[in-house]
Amino acid sequence: MNEEMALQIKNLKSHFFTSKGVVPAVDGVSIDVPPGKIVGIVGESGCGKSMTAMSVMGLLRHPGRVVGGTITLGGRDITHLSKKELSRIRGNEISMIFQEPMTSLNPVYPVGKQVQEAILLHQKVTKEEAKKRVVEIFREVGIPEPEKRYHSYPHQLSGGLRQRVMIGMAMVCQPKVMIADEPTTALDVTIEAQILRLMKRLRDEKGTSIILITHNMGVVAEVCDYVYVMYAGNVMEQAETFELFERTSHPYTRGLLRSIPKLDTKEERLYTIDGVVPNLLHLPKGCNFCNRCEAASDRCFEEKPELYEAGDGHKVRCFQYESGVKA
Amino acid sequence: MIKNVLKRLLIAIPVLIGVILIIFIMLRIVPGDPVVTMMGEHVNQAVIDKVSREMGLDQPLYIQFFKYVGNALHGDFGTSYRLNRNVTRIILDAFPNTVKLSICAAVIAWIIGITSGIVAAINQNRILDRLFMGGALAGVSMPVFMIALVLQYLLAFKWKLFPVSGYDSLACMVLPAIALGWNSAGSIARMTRSNLVEVMQDDYIRTARAKGLRESGVIIGHALKNAMLPVVTMMALQISSMLSGAVLTESVFGIPGIGRLAVNAIETRDMPLLQGTVIFTTILVIIGNLTADMLYSVLDPRIREGA
Amino acid sequence: MKQEHENENQASQIGEQETWMDQVKKLVRQNKLAAFSAVVILVIILMAVFAPLVAPYDPYTQVLKERLKAPSAAHWLGTDELGRDVLSRIIYGARISLTIGLVPTLISMVIGTILGLLAGYYGGKVDFIIMRLADVMLAFPSLLLAMVVMYTMGGGLVNIFIALSLVNWAGTARIVRSQTLSLKEAEYVEAARSIGVKSWTILMRHILPNCLPSLIVLFTLNIPSAILSESSLSFLGVGAQPPSASWGLAVVRGKKYLFTEPWLSIAPSIAIMIVVMAFNFLGDGLRDVLDPYLKEQ
Repeated sequence: MNEEMALQIKNLKSHFFTSKGVVPAVDGVSIDVPPGKIVGIVGESGCGKSMTAMSVMGLLRHPGRVVGGTITLGGRDITHLSKKELSRIRGNEISMIFQEPMTSLNPVYPVGKQVQEAILLHQKVTKEEAKKRVVEIFREVGIPEPEKRYHSYPHQLSGGLRQRVMIGMAMVCQPKVMIADEPTTALDVTIEAQILRLMKRLRDEKGTSIILITHNMGVVAEVCDYVYVMYAGNVMEQAETFELFERTSHPYTRGLLRSIPKLDTKEERLYTIDGVVPNLLHLPKGCNFCNRCEAASDRCFEEKPELYEAGDGHKVRCFQYESGVKA
Repeated sequence: MIKNVLKRLLIAIPVLIGVILIIFIMLRIVPGDPVVTMMGEHVNQAVIDKVSREMGLDQPLYIQFFKYVGNALHGDFGTSYRLNRNVTRIILDAFPNTVKLSICAAVIAWIIGITSGIVAAINQNRILDRLFMGGALAGVSMPVFMIALVLQYLLAFKWKLFPVSGYDSLACMVLPAIALGWNSAGSIARMTRSNLVEVMQDDYIRTARAKGLRESGVIIGHALKNAMLPVVTMMALQISSMLSGAVLTESVFGIPGIGRLAVNAIETRDMPLLQGTVIFTTILVIIGNLTADMLYSVLDPRIREGA
Repeated sequence: MKQEHENENQASQIGEQETWMDQVKKLVRQNKLAAFSAVVILVIILMAVFAPLVAPYDPYTQVLKERLKAPSAAHWLGTDELGRDVLSRIIYGARISLTIGLVPTLISMVIGTILGLLAGYYGGKVDFIIMRLADVMLAFPSLLLAMVVMYTMGGGLVNIFIALSLVNWAGTARIVRSQTLSLKEAEYVEAARSIGVKSWTILMRHILPNCLPSLIVLFTLNIPSAILSESSLSFLGVGAQPPSASWGLAVVRGKKYLFTEPWLSIAPSIAIMIVVMAFNFLGDGLRDVLDPYLKEQ
């Protein structure tokens, strides 16, 4: 199984060492990313989904640090690479795009130059050749007038175009895996749809695996092949997308789905999950979700549940599924 | 861009007139007749009246003012009481010395300031950072004349590395330039550091890392240009404090520059000379500010476009 | 969103309302140097106030046969060209420097605050006139402008007071104005205005208190520059006049003996540096704790 995964995260633990105590932002997360698939990581802000991505990229900043687990990229363990080796992989074999296309590009350089830089860093090509490839990738990610846009500065482009530039930059070296951290959150709904379509196309045409981090269940349903639901540093439920929506199992996932506004029902109020994400410094003794869970039993407050198999590849971190099927 | 420059020039003109007006008024409310001050108490009244008339001092103040502004616009700042020479000529003779001193000082300040700012930022919150920033704040806190005197005592007198005073060779310029640049180096270092630290938190720095740049490449290629934009502006704005410092430095090292002229003018109560030097230096400051504005808009594509 | 913030959000989700005491504690904890500087300033102030008790000699008594003595047990910092004890003169000089640091700074900041509030609040012509005047004041190299004032009024400490009060208000005015501009748009100010609260009351009760943190920091940072200005003016001979114990005056008088009796000019220079540095360190620390706004400047 190992060899066929483009990226495999196993029992990853990333902690923040703050003056107030150790914060387990990512606490034993395992994620498998098959080649040519889009894997979604969903959860509220602060659940550790971005931190998981940053850990994989080796981009965690002080006071955060990976303290356990392994990250395997294309069969190669990259958990303990030196800074130098990591920088050779970043942008080349694994790349990342971010939530804010507005601020993620350097304002003082033309966008083309910034993409060209990624090529020149990783491949031995001439500047002209690199420039040609930038124009090519700009065309591929749907930037109109790519030759002209090469010389544009970020502030001259719309948010959607900038995100396309970012995607172009991430794809230009044909990485095995691209991590997209809330790539459409800051964009209009119509632009969002275009960008999602673009990512699907890249998956199909280039065979790139994509990790899509989002808090939006609608986005997940639209593009993801697999879904991981995260909460307070843990994966709560994982399954193929269809399976997850068909047989939603974890109370938290159900809560997430119910809090999407629907046009076809006549509920007066939008459903919300009561309470807030717990302070990671003071996690409950039992299940991380116990204090907000509608189905919590006494045991949930005492013991931490594991991820239980609830069908083919469908795993749920809830005692209800301890025996494989819903109790 | 050109429109922008013109707009700023238009704002600068009233400021300039305000500057001349303030200096003009302040120097006219000095108690005592300037002619008496100039020629001494023993001269008889008829002579004083005659000289007053010749110098136009008998006319109403506002006429004197307009005449002065008119002449100043032609580059004529009047005639010195004591040296009996055209003030503009005196200033232009002294000016090159101040320019030489200031340029040397600025170069020293940039080199020391920017490097130590970068070193501190890279080692943020570590011992090297504390050391450099403590040093920078200490540098800002030292009076110019103190640095000048200490340098003169140690490097020139004790260790005989440089001449004690003088202004005609590069070796002579070293100590005055360090003395004058010291304070600026401190503030440039502090600003470089704080900007760099702030820029390093920006999203595009994360992007640069994500594309596989090494940390050194991230700093040099992406952070520095953004961080230096405000610093460049500040360096141009520092012309003002440089000129204040030059007064002190020139006085310690005996350099016959503009600062020295101003001090002499006060000592000898040479009103036209003082007036001319202060207005001249202020014009330099205004030009410096204009340059800073323009430099910023040349360097920053966002502003270049917007104007 | 910036990375750091994300991290912070992840790391600590505890938000507390800070009280005044908390801020002092934070300052002491975060910035030991600033706290230490505060102590140094306090000691210097006490020294200046109780100068007659602290100083070993009378600072003005000339003992001509004790001229230009090197530092010794009797005279820790030696004696000057008139046989006066240098240490005692430095202790008395602290009175001058501190007064110069505090009083003209206070006056110029009161002027600057009032003008800044008026310009920011009323806008229009008032704003235009005040700010153009500030532009003019800021265009002068400050030392040269102060020199012109001294030329007009003649030397002496009182005139330095006036010179520095007149010269330094513009910076304060600019900062207060821009803060007033943004505070004016705040909802509680709009609300107050809409129920007919008088302008003066709004300025005093809502806007000024919100400018206070900046003003405190600015005050702390303006003190050392006033001290430097006084010593520079005195050093140039257009400030304090003999037999004043002004440090700047002591430096310039000691300058003649730099190569033979260096302590005469270096000792008062170091005194200036210590006071200026202490205020700068304190102001810097205060700014980090109190005032996110000024950091942008």
